[in-house]
Amino acid sequence: MKLSRSPSVAPLLAAFAALVPVQAEAHILKGEAVGFVSGFLHPISGADHVIAMVAVGLWGAQLGQPAIWLLPVTFPLIMAVGGFLGLVGFPLPGSEIAIALSGVCLGAAVLLELRPPLWVAAALVGMFGLFHGYAHGSELPPGQNALLYSLGFVMATGLLHATGIAIGTVHRWPWGRIVLRGAGGVVLSGGLMFLWSALT
Amino acid sequence: MKGRLTALVVTALVLPQAAEAHLVVSGMGPLYDGISHFGLSPEDFLPVIAFGLFAGLCGKAQARWSLLAFVPSWIAGGVAAMAGVALAPMSISIVTAAIFLIVGGLLALNRALPPAWSAGVAALLGALRGLADLSGIAASAAHGLALAGMALGGFVLFALAVSITLPLQRLWMIVAARVGGSWLAALGLLLVGWVVRYGPVIH
Repeated sequence: MKLSRSPSVAPLLAAFAALVPVQAEAHILKGEAVGFVSGFLHPISGADHVIAMVAVGLWGAQLGQPAIWLLPVTFPLIMAVGGFLGLVGFPLPGSEIAIALSGVCLGAAVLLELRPPLWVAAALVGMFGLFHGYAHGSELPPGQNALLYSLGFVMATGLLHATGIAIGTVHRWPWGRIVLRGAGGVVLSGGLMFLWSALT
Repeated sequence: MKGRLTALVVTALVLPQAAEAHLVVSGMGPLYDGISHFGLSPEDFLPVIAFGLFAGLCGKAQARWSLLAFVPSWIAGGVAAMAGVALAPMSISIVTAAIFLIVGGLLALNRALPPAWSAGVAALLGALRGLADLSGIAASAAHGLALAGMALGGFVLFALAVSITLPLQRLWMIVAARVGGSWLAALGLLLVGWVVRYGPVIH
């Protein structure tokens, strides 16, 4: 209270505040964490994307070498092509139906333990990856840090595949094969549900 | 009351604001500013890690020659930028996307290059990153030290990445490195899309 009555304190405070040194920073990393987090959350925020990407890992684990790593490599690469097409505004109609179909087809492949030639499996996964990437690319919000957003986006996709592969390791045990096929059934059911809502 | 109001107005007017220039100032000196810039810039450290992993997978000769070519090229690129050979923001974005695509693609494919080719790609990577990082920066002793810090950070990370893959024998470890390469290539492709849609996205 004494402070407010003293006429000499206010200019002194002003002088102190004015002379407080502030660090000169360049290349400030503004909003970088937001960019990474939004990119990371984007693929895992839609259940239709999640079930398909986990199913890629499940199917790869079921098929064994070299599909176990070839399918999860194919998917993000072709997905990035789809993302590119979405970003540049290339028209690709029916992407929502194709995304739902990816859950149906990949779920059915795991449920029935289908073993097509490797190139057929890679082509199927790549084709669905294209539509998933397209949907993401056309929804990318402006104003984000492009590099960190894309980094989070690719990492989340890869980690969803890794989750599928990790679950798929149960395939080595007889009971695990049944569990894995059951997981395929869950993916198939989810895909059918999304297909129904995409068509209606 | 009037005196206090005047003091508040004067304070608001003369309060110092952060001067946002180009390089991050860590307060530890320009050498450490360069190291921290390298460590905080994914466009710098991601391709260095990826190419280090690739060079290690190729073999000892490729790893040695790449490491030798990489650091001087980074410094040469930075010196050229400070001398006025600056890249425009659009070019920096395109160069970054292209580097991600090429280096990520090489790691994902895992086809061994001859030592001379491997060293050539390392030299190109170093020169372009040095050029991009120092574009628009005036030549000075402090910026020279910052450049040395970046090159030092690059050297250490490159050597560490090489040391991971050079002795790799287990298939799953090689597969993990190749999967990482495919992620980087995908990142490059997405960046191309960002550049086409929004223009220069990396400065």
